[in-house]
Amino acid sequence: MSLYLFLTLAILTIISALAVVFSKNPMYSVLWLIVCFFTIAGHYVLLNAQFLAIVHLIVYAGAIMVLFLFVVMLLNLNADTEPHKSNLSKIASAIAAGLFFVVLIASMRATELGEFNLPNKTNIGFVEEVGKKLFTDFLLPFEISSVLFLSAMIGSVLLAKKEKK
Amino acid sequence: MENTLQAVPQNWYLVLSTLLFCIGIMGVLFRRNAIIILMCIELMLNSVNLLLVSFSAYSGNSDGQVFVFFIMVVAAAEVAVGLALMMSIYRNAASTDINVLNKLKW
Repeated sequence: MSLYLFLTLAILTIISALAVVFSKNPMYSVLWLIVCFFTIAGHYVLLNAQFLAIVHLIVYAGAIMVLFLFVVMLLNLNADTEPHKSNLSKIASAIAAGLFFVVLIASMRATELGEFNLPNKTNIGFVEEVGKKLFTDFLLPFEISSVLFLSAMIGSVLLAKKEKK
Repeated sequence: MENTLQAVPQNWYLVLSTLLFCIGIMGVLFRRNAIIILMCIELMLNSVNLLLVSFSAYSGNSDGQVFVFFIMVVAAAEVAVGLALMMSIYRNAASTDINVLNKLKW
């Protein structure tokens, strides 16, 4: 059952990721990326990371993709304004990515993956477990990330502000 | 869903996230629109997130999931700054085509 679920989700993920790359219209790319994020959230649920799945949906599908959609709409991008590229560079980029895939898979096959004893604990993704880790072992990075957010906020406001003539 | 870990070998997750990462790379090389390139970078970050979550699930340790949180934080900050840059580039060049932005090219 969960094998079929995994296969369905994986195929959907790959198809939507390819659609992101190959859509002519940037708006369709954004929408396909949202589909891709939903399927990745499905993978998280399959992997017992329920809290992370919800956070992924809220942060990516809810916040980041809305930001992308707003920018694409504000700049009025559509298939007509989409810059074109020569076929040669398309083929070259496909070959480069394919070769990189082959290299990664080959190195993965050559690596001895340590045998995990499959854990019988299934609550590792619950908010209680993750929150405990976040507020004890990872407290310092957690607090520093708030500074990162503040600087990102100030920086994006400064960058997007209209320059005075 | 407790039997997912038994039913699906971890190698499949490795292959899936590698494939997603390579699709992201292909998008970065392939598209000319800077916003799409940002989206493909998001795709690559997400493939790494998927890999971390799968390792965390198969080893029964939730450290990997905390790392995914920090990657999400960095991705959100990156997208906010990147899109602000896109807006100001569009205001100056009236385009998001990366071929137009060649002033720094040697």
